[in-house]
Amino acid sequence: MSDERPDRREFLSRVAGTTVGAAVTGVLSACAARRLRDLPLEETRERIQALERDYRRRFGPEVSLSGAVALPGVIFGYALDLSRCIGCRRCVYACVEENNLSRDPQIHWIRVLEMEKRLGIDFAHSDSYYDSREVPRAGHFYVPMACQQCDKPPCTKVCPVKATWREPDGIVVVDYDWCIGCRYCMAACPYGSRSFNWAEPMVPPNEINPTMHVLGNRPRPKGVVEKCTFCVQRTRAGRYPACVEACPVGARKFGNLLDPDGEVRYVIENKRVLILKDDLNTMPKFFYFYGA
Amino acid sequence: MTTARLFWRFYAGSVRVVARGNLPYWAWIAFLLALIVSGALAYARQVEEGLAVTAMRDPVAWGFYIGNFTFLVGVAAAAVVLVIPAYIYRWGPIREIVIFGELLAVSAVIMCLLFVFVDIGRPDRFWHLFPPFGILNFPSSLLAWDVLVLNIYLLINFVVVTNLLYSAFARRDYNHKLVWPLVLLSVPMAISIHTVTAFLYTGLVARPYWNTSILAPQFLASAFCSGPAILLVVLQILRRFTTFRIKDEAIWKIAELMAYAVFLNLFLHGAEIFKEYYSDTHHLLHTRYLYEGVGGHDTLLPYAWTAVALNVVAFVLFIIPRTRRNRVTLNIGCAAIYAGVYIEKGMGLILPGLTPDALGEIYEYRPSLTEIQVAAGIFAVGFLAFTLMLKVAVPIALGQFHVDAVPRRERIPSPDNSLAPAPRHVG
Repeated sequence: MSDERPDRREFLSRVAGTTVGAAVTGVLSACAARRLRDLPLEETRERIQALERDYRRRFGPEVSLSGAVALPGVIFGYALDLSRCIGCRRCVYACVEENNLSRDPQIHWIRVLEMEKRLGIDFAHSDSYYDSREVPRAGHFYVPMACQQCDKPPCTKVCPVKATWREPDGIVVVDYDWCIGCRYCMAACPYGSRSFNWAEPMVPPNEINPTMHVLGNRPRPKGVVEKCTFCVQRTRAGRYPACVEACPVGARKFGNLLDPDGEVRYVIENKRVLILKDDLNTMPKFFYFYGA
Repeated sequence: MTTARLFWRFYAGSVRVVARGNLPYWAWIAFLLALIVSGALAYARQVEEGLAVTAMRDPVAWGFYIGNFTFLVGVAAAAVVLVIPAYIYRWGPIREIVIFGELLAVSAVIMCLLFVFVDIGRPDRFWHLFPPFGILNFPSSLLAWDVLVLNIYLLINFVVVTNLLYSAFARRDYNHKLVWPLVLLSVPMAISIHTVTAFLYTGLVARPYWNTSILAPQFLASAFCSGPAILLVVLQILRRFTTFRIKDEAIWKIAELMAYAVFLNLFLHGAEIFKEYYSDTHHLLHTRYLYEGVGGHDTLLPYAWTAVALNVVAFVLFIIPRTRRNRVTLNIGCAAIYAGVYIEKGMGLILPGLTPDALGEIYEYRPSLTEIQVAAGIFAVGFLAFTLMLKVAVPIALGQFHVDAVPRRERIPSPDNSLAPAPRHVG
């Protein structure tokens, strides 16, 4: 009897200890860092499958949600020929359809600025509300803006919860399930390239693009920030971004910066290239050039 | 008496003190509660429909909430920094000035945190900021720094003030080893919450109006205008309606120090305006938007010039000994500087920083009714907290409310029944 008691006590305390331990671990794993990029591979796959099931219920069985990761040896770059762009905004609308951008409230990841030739690139005198049925206007040129996919992104630096980061292939992405919507990144972006979901985004279900990527064009919730991802759902599957395909004058070039024979590399090595706001040292991977 | 029973008495006694008051007191409380209810209703609508109910949009993604947040960080900081001159000049009952300064700081920090909270798009994810459950991007994000220093500052002030009051209630000497180091620590912490908040803006290369090293000194200078202004008014009210004896010299000294702060603030602004106008770069656009308007967009003009006028008036009233010693002109000066800094640090800082936006677009922001309602509600929470804490703190400090004495309404204390011993001088 007397030597049974300590045993029992020990047993009980061990049981209690294990239970408490299990409970603590359970709570921790339920609440602990749950950004997509922190999950182990298996859990990432489960999370993506769960999201995919949900989207299929909402938008139809053809939805597929990719979680494709960056390919080794790839850093994406973009080049845009300012001497060709006519300001028709077809890239803007292709982007809206491709990336399931909210129609109401209206969100555009690409903004085309009309500038005066005599002033050169001058944001203060630019106009993004010009009438695109009357382009190109005499004396004007057009500068399409989207995320410059900076190598030193000011936006990721300021995020208080690390909800946005630069992927190994250079694409700056947002975890829509982790963003708290403080909009510090929007204050930090020198290119006005981040959009906030001020209300519940609305995409007509029959217009949804079912080919989705978890870090890209999947449906976003209200109250988070979103941005251009170089069409990650396409480019990581070996396709061009939608804006490149939509451009009627071939002003848009896209490719792997590490590929010596790539299109963008050719442009950088052979054309007069500029980057926007280069004094800020953000090191964009979006190059503007004069092809003609 | 056991600690539990003592605490129970403190708690029950405080409730009784708070629940007793004259008509103006209850009218004031009812007014604050009404504002809080209206704010809560507006906020509920904002949560339901999204931040679209505010006037903020992509070009101006921060507005009234963040402006108020920035202003109140200054109030929180300055209230405590008064501890130093209070100590050096041995103003009246120094312990009380410490207590009221810290109570003001606690109320202001509560308002700051609420303003950040209502500004975020996903309040349900607020916990993402708190490790180990969340991820705090420290030290990279200045917002992470701000969350950290504001919470530490709140904690320090709360501990100091509760320790002082609770020991006075228990008729014991307060814990000198705990309180004085914390009071001294609260001074650099006060400066750091304001510096960190300034750096939050200074660190953004995308916004040339903010990306200037003069911002942090300017923040501190303007904080030393607005914080003491509130405290001066509170001290006068207390002197009038309670038996506190706060020396005239103390009040005049604070007003004199404020004159220097107002001057420094104007000087720093002048230095920045000279740099902007003389160099006349593209960056001038933001300053011009504030003071002149750009392309017919002139929403901020009346506010900007009102702030300048109020600051100048306050400077004149505080620098002339006769007007800072006159009760009427002194209080006009306090109101002027409070309003002046409120405009300058709120709308006058946030909006020109974001307008024109990074691509040159001008979106003229004016807070929506919802934003004003929510902001008024948060101010009401702060004032309610400050009122209730004062309601308990004042009778304790006067020795009317302690463990052996249930406070009675009509009781007037004799001057010598201030119970807690005077603070020992450190060093």
